[in-house]
Amino acid sequence: MLARHEDLTTTPPRVDHLLITELVKPGARVLDVGCGDGALLQLLADRKDVDGRGVEIERDRVNACVARGLSVIQGDADLDLDAYPDDAFDYAILSLTIQATRNPKKVLANLLRIGRRAIVSFPNFGHWKVRAKFITTGRMPVTEHLPDTWYDTPNAHLCTIKDFADLCRLVDAKVERAVAFNVSGHQLGTWVRLPLTIHNLLGEKAVFLLSRRSADK
Amino acid sequence: MASVSTEPSRRATSHPATAPSPETLKRTALEEALSPTSPSVTFLASDPLPLDCGKSIAPFTVAYDTEGTLNAAKSNAILICHALTGDQYVLRQHPVTRKPGWWDEMVGPGKPIDTNRFFVICPNILGGCMGSTGPASINPATGRHYGLDFPVITVRDMVRAQVRLIDHLGIGQLFAVVGGSMGGMQVLEWAAHYSDRLHCAIPIATAAWHSAQNIAFHEVGRQAVMADPDWADGRYQSEGRVPRRGLAVARMAAHITYLSETALHAKFGRNLQDRDARTFSFNADFQVESYLRHQGSTFVDRFDANSYLYITRAMDYFDLAGEFDGVLANAFRGTKARFCVVSFTSDWLYPTHENRKIVQALNSVAANVSFVEVESDKGHDAFLLHEPVLFKTITGFINSAAARHGIAPARSA
Repeated sequence: MLARHEDLTTTPPRVDHLLITELVKPGARVLDVGCGDGALLQLLADRKDVDGRGVEIERDRVNACVARGLSVIQGDADLDLDAYPDDAFDYAILSLTIQATRNPKKVLANLLRIGRRAIVSFPNFGHWKVRAKFITTGRMPVTEHLPDTWYDTPNAHLCTIKDFADLCRLVDAKVERAVAFNVSGHQLGTWVRLPLTIHNLLGEKAVFLLSRRSADK
Repeated sequence: MASVSTEPSRRATSHPATAPSPETLKRTALEEALSPTSPSVTFLASDPLPLDCGKSIAPFTVAYDTEGTLNAAKSNAILICHALTGDQYVLRQHPVTRKPGWWDEMVGPGKPIDTNRFFVICPNILGGCMGSTGPASINPATGRHYGLDFPVITVRDMVRAQVRLIDHLGIGQLFAVVGGSMGGMQVLEWAAHYSDRLHCAIPIATAAWHSAQNIAFHEVGRQAVMADPDWADGRYQSEGRVPRRGLAVARMAAHITYLSETALHAKFGRNLQDRDARTFSFNADFQVESYLRHQGSTFVDRFDANSYLYITRAMDYFDLAGEFDGVLANAFRGTKARFCVVSFTSDWLYPTHENRKIVQALNSVAANVSFVEVESDKGHDAFLLHEPVLFKTITGFINSAAARHGIAPARSA
């Protein structure tokens, strides 16, 4: 899938990757949908000894992943997740990818079906800089973190943190943890508990750890 | 030649490799079929091989080549499965054609399948014509070539014979089973029926079944062979004849399916062969005609026509899902093997979507699978050619799996 943020294979790891690595239990079975060049899978393998698999839409990135020894298939999050059985993984991860899918609701529902838990990170379109750009220029915002113009962006379904929280309710997902990062990559609300509105305003990207409500039954 | 010490067995007799004949002395295909240059093992009449058709075959011989050294733990063996017209000469010079091994870019010292690290085994398939028992072999019941008395075999039968070889070599679990095209079908059979006997499976440019189009092309080839009067109802060897024209036409038709339109156009276009103008005849005016005729005639020198019939039949019968209640995923349920599936963009014989079906079946049982589609304009043949992305993929996959499997890195020279 098209993760538009830089995929660095070398140092330093992305802050959202570090947080995801923190959330994942050691030795877990993990599916990374939209795994890019495999940086997160590699980090998870190195630090958490996971049994990791990846799905990536871009052929060159898939080839690079397999050549470095990661188990990755060329595939499309919108089409190829249906083949996986229920509960096949402990975690199904969608890292900065959901905004580039054609049907985010279906993809999210599939993640929650395939994984006992889903971890989703996404760029927050509700960040104040995006809002300011839109208001001041009257054009689709182009920022440091969302650098593509509207006509050549792969990001078909950008959303805000509030929007995503709504989608979680819609697909019956329980939010076990939600973390927003500011532009400097620092977690918001580490010291004081902040309301959702503030996260939505100051968060540049967000990571949600989700589980199925139906699984509680 | 690497040697493997095997326990003396009352059920099989081993035949070592014969000394290589001098450069000038070319062996004929029939000589190789009856007495291969490579090592072989004959499983005696007391140990018949049961076949899908209900019959069994005994005695039977498996000719094979090996390279590299089996480690003490016997954990570094890689089985290479060859395609329709391939053989055991994967990296060594072919005794009939004197050409280099058919996969010497992939297999050898320092190559993706590194013989400094792995013990590579490549058997000639059952039904083949380079020393393993096939229709050109002598039927002990009649003292004549089997011909059409040879039982109709399947890809699974080929694998059954390979399992006997691996048992004979004293290897419990193969590190990897690798093959392209029909070799890939054998890899899938291995993975489906002997999943505990392999650590990795690498099916390349293949499919889990033969499509109607695949069967159709093979039928053209078989009809060409059988329409040749020199085929003589399959008894041509006894009558001292060779169905050259029929087998050559079969090869010509098949060869087109191995290439892409782009590759054919780039190589030949509408260029004329050694002439400036059309001759208004049926001579080979076009380069592409001349090329195909050459492919056809050289093939006949090294391949047995009846083998061609039997092997194409085996491929047509191949339908892995059919062996598992019509559900391909059932073939792989519970597998612990790591898979690496590779397809090529311009392969229309075993296209990406057929390879992807294998991947989806593996995903549906949450198997450990990598899948790479290599961009190439060389058609199906790409898997045999110089394709750096293919080599990088196989190198990366094998090295990471070998490290996990505790196989020592290649001995430095």
